[in-house]
Amino acid sequence: MRLDYSPDIKVIRVPCTGKVDVIHILHALEKGADGVYLVGCLEGDCHFLHGNLLAKKRVQRARAILESIGMEGDRVRMYNLSSGEAPQFAQYAREMDERIRELGPNPIKPGLSSAA
Amino acid sequence: MIVAEQKPIQEIIEEIRGDHSVLILGCNECVTVCEAGGKKEVAVLASALRMHFMQQGEQKQIEERTLERQCDQEYLEELRDDIDRYDSVLSLACGAGIQFTAEKYHATPVYPGVNTKFIGVTEERGYWTERCQACGQCVLAQTGGICPVSRCAKRLFNGPCGGSTQGKCEINPELDCAWQLIIDRLKSLNQLEAYEVLAPIKDWSTDRDGGPRNVVREDVES
Repeated sequence: MRLDYSPDIKVIRVPCTGKVDVIHILHALEKGADGVYLVGCLEGDCHFLHGNLLAKKRVQRARAILESIGMEGDRVRMYNLSSGEAPQFAQYAREMDERIRELGPNPIKPGLSSAA
Repeated sequence: MIVAEQKPIQEIIEEIRGDHSVLILGCNECVTVCEAGGKKEVAVLASALRMHFMQQGEQKQIEERTLERQCDQEYLEELRDDIDRYDSVLSLACGAGIQFTAEKYHATPVYPGVNTKFIGVTEERGYWTERCQACGQCVLAQTGGICPVSRCAKRLFNGPCGGSTQGKCEINPELDCAWQLIIDRLKSLNQLEAYEVLAPIKDWSTDRDGGPRNVVREDVES
């Protein structure tokens, strides 16, 4: 199954989305990522019981923090699917890519390049 | 433990707006447990502030550090060699820690990053409730281990008042009536006779009403 999605997306594998904390999301954005999205198992279907629900809360928290500092919360999102849904994975990747392109580049990028 | 809550980020931004180099200073004790000012909260806040100022085109140096305690001289002393590098310190400790840091380093402004709320407990993660108001003269032996000072809205000592309805307080239907809890607890301890004893007028001079307090222990003084 060869499915297309943007080559700009960097996939970082974690044992469970419950491993991802708010600080990981913020650090990715602080290093210049235009957006961050988590893809977890379907709600109610977490191998570690509720890791994906913890991740959902952390995504909400990260979004609230971004809004509070004047950045678009929509740069951070959470998606859920089962591991057998490769077409859905690619679909979410394309959807996130479109959303981020609509929002434009990470607004801290000019500051990052001048600090470098 | 002392329970605190992080201030709104916009308030924090205003506090440090004029400073170029800022140290976000966490505390490993109570504020770590109530997830308001520990190492993780320091990292999240510092990252958010760096991004905020970067998108404003302001180059600020925002660094992170967490001390074992900010209410102890020996741990605060660890900052001695570095403090001059910063225009200000944003402390995420409780009000005591913030003040002790400020007392220790006179030449550096120390700003609060949290609002200190109360002495309380973790009911469950993300939910903390008040248990003690440090009145200085504990009456828990007479009240079945439930404090009428911190848990009764009127601080009644011979309660309950007429606002107690079906075990709840009149100020909030979600709030247990402290005196209902006390009576239930005395019953289960088979000590209900304690409820019949009139509590004498409390000496509030040991509370904050007597002015700032201190404790002196000559036996442990160095």
